Amino acid sequence: MQRLPVWADVVLVPILSLLAAFLISALVILGIGGNPVEALQVMVTGALGSAYGWGYTLYYATNFMFTGLAVAVAFRASLFNIGGEGQAMLGGLGVALVCLAVDWPHWALALPAAMLGGAVFGAAWAAIPAWLQAKRGSHIVITTIMFNFIAASVLVYLLVNVLRPPGSMDPATARFPEGAGLPTLHDIPGLGGIFDRNTPANITLFLALACVGLVWLLLFRSRLGYEIRAFGKSEPAAVYAGISPVRITMIAMLISGGLSGLMAVNNVMGEAERLVLNSVEGAGFIGIAVALMGRNHPVGVMFAALLFGFLYQGGAELGLWTTIPLELRTVVQALVILFTGALDTMMRMGVERVFALFARRAA
Amino acid sequence: MSLSRYFLGAAATLALSAGATFADPALIFDLGGKFDKSFNEAAFAGAERWKAETGGSYRELEMQSEAQREQALRRLAESGSNPIVMTGFAFGDVLNSVAPDYPDTKFAIIDMVVEQPNVKSVVFTEEQGSYLVGMMAAMASESGTVGFIGGMDIPLIRKFACGYAQGVKAANPDATVLSNMTGTTPAAWNDPVKGGELAKGQISQGADVIYAAAGGTGIGVLQAAADEDVLSIGVDSNQNHLHPGKVLTSMLKRVDNAVYDAFMAGEDLEPGIAVMDLGSEGVGYALDENNASLVTDEMKAAVDEAAAKIASGEITVHDYMSDETCPALSF
Repeated sequence: MQRLPVWADVVLVPILSLLAAFLISALVILGIGGNPVEALQVMVTGALGSAYGWGYTLYYATNFMFTGLAVAVAFRASLFNIGGEGQAMLGGLGVALVCLAVDWPHWALALPAAMLGGAVFGAAWAAIPAWLQAKRGSHIVITTIMFNFIAASVLVYLLVNVLRPPGSMDPATARFPEGAGLPTLHDIPGLGGIFDRNTPANITLFLALACVGLVWLLLFRSRLGYEIRAFGKSEPAAVYAGISPVRITMIAMLISGGLSGLMAVNNVMGEAERLVLNSVEGAGFIGIAVALMGRNHPVGVMFAALLFGFLYQGGAELGLWTTIPLELRTVVQALVILFTGALDTMMRMGVERVFALFARRAA
Repeated sequence: MSLSRYFLGAAATLALSAGATFADPALIFDLGGKFDKSFNEAAFAGAERWKAETGGSYRELEMQSEAQREQALRRLAESGSNPIVMTGFAFGDVLNSVAPDYPDTKFAIIDMVVEQPNVKSVVFTEEQGSYLVGMMAAMASESGTVGFIGGMDIPLIRKFACGYAQGVKAANPDATVLSNMTGTTPAAWNDPVKGGELAKGQISQGADVIYAAAGGTGIGVLQAAADEDVLSIGVDSNQNHLHPGKVLTSMLKRVDNAVYDAFMAGEDLEPGIAVMDLGSEGVGYALDENNASLVTDEMKAAVDEAAAKIASGEITVHDYMSDETCPALSF
């Protein structure tokens, strides 16, 4: 079967998958007596219709860009890192420790330090499964998902017993000092008119976009990226070419964990300004769907992250303005993940068949 | 000039009317779930009572994760809901930072004090209500051992336990009070399975009356107690009906009244701290047809006497949260 044209591969297939997901979602909403048209309207206006909505959509998209890139980098080395959730949690711990350690005079000083803290903690959390995979052959899927549970328990322990300020009942750290607060998009000259005062989207968005560029440079314009991709395509061939599997496994996972950990700059330092339980809110797992939908390409990840940011924020709005129960909103999100992620090949095969048909006719 | 004035005027009218049409009150339920048959459900009952009496409508939101609290608050404030009532201490920190951003919106928080000029903080004297049901537990117990099962291990829940233990000791100084907490995170508010296991553990240690102050987790405690044929005590809402004849009583915490009052006050909600105590019927114990056969006249007389003495100040029940110590129970 001949290959699809690029536009069909990167645009048509995802859009068809999305439409299929929305169609089934609409049937589900109809089935419970809701109005799918109204639901779609609420989602669109809620996520895109106001400065407030945009702010949250971009805020979530920023999270998903980091975790999506993290999954994509590891995937290029054929390592399925599903530990983004735990790595981002630990990244949050790193960011929180950095922000609380010093009474930061200005965010410009706090940001690089917090980035370092988040990335190092996230990478360190990924390093253990990476080492187990590289040296012992323990499957990375199993170990990374197990490490998510360990990360959650570690965080509960630390927040309840160590980091909780005295007199507080809520398992969360103290507020970060004023100087560690990142400027939101509203504070940026030129964007202030577009974004709402209370928008959570902050300058981490630009950090995420920079990471998109850097990951692209790494994967497609550097020797290391070539080695990662070669290793991912065929390990025996890579070994034959003198590429060390241990080294590539470790490096790819450290970068992946570091990117997941960087997400915490957005949600912990940029939005909550303290570390709370469950601060990651499943972004680590959504990153998998984002990477799959973005075909593990940084630019694809960026667009997929925007889409999932829309779905996340629109879903939150559904809960507020309609009576569609929360469980069904999760169903809608799950359907999108199912179609764009897991059933991607099914849609692709269908499209390929159609294209082959046309090609035959043209010939 | 005149055109721009016209538009400005139109915009102002629009803004005013928008404000008027959207000024519905809103209620946010914290983790544990709206239908926990206890704390959150009491709040829901208060809102529903307001709706039935006034014919008004209100907006509601259920928290799914700790990280959503700020967005939920902001969203409701942005949409013009007023007043916004939230259940649970965990909103305290978030509200403290959100409230100043919306000076024209009134907020009410239950179980926590937030000192902002537009926030009403409603707190309850749970130790007093728990003291009363503690006395009843001690009088109903034949083994001399009674149990307490808390939800999340926080000072607020220890306050329940401490008041309960003081009541038990007041009625029977030789009684033993067993105390367990379900967990250390908000997940402990909604873990009926673990609640049931803890109840069975306490029953095997001889407890024959068990008081659950654990939100949705309490459903499991009450179920396990009913299964093992011992008595239980519900919390917050009247839970006597869950297992008629098996639930000795329920420690009522009138969260429903707090929500109802806040909704009734509407935009004129008076900021400040409101303490709902025995005297103002903010706390109490439940007596209805489901537990009438369990509560003896002697029990009722003793408890009512104690209630009167607490209300008059003759008996003071120690509040754990005042100094984080408890004279009757060690944690």
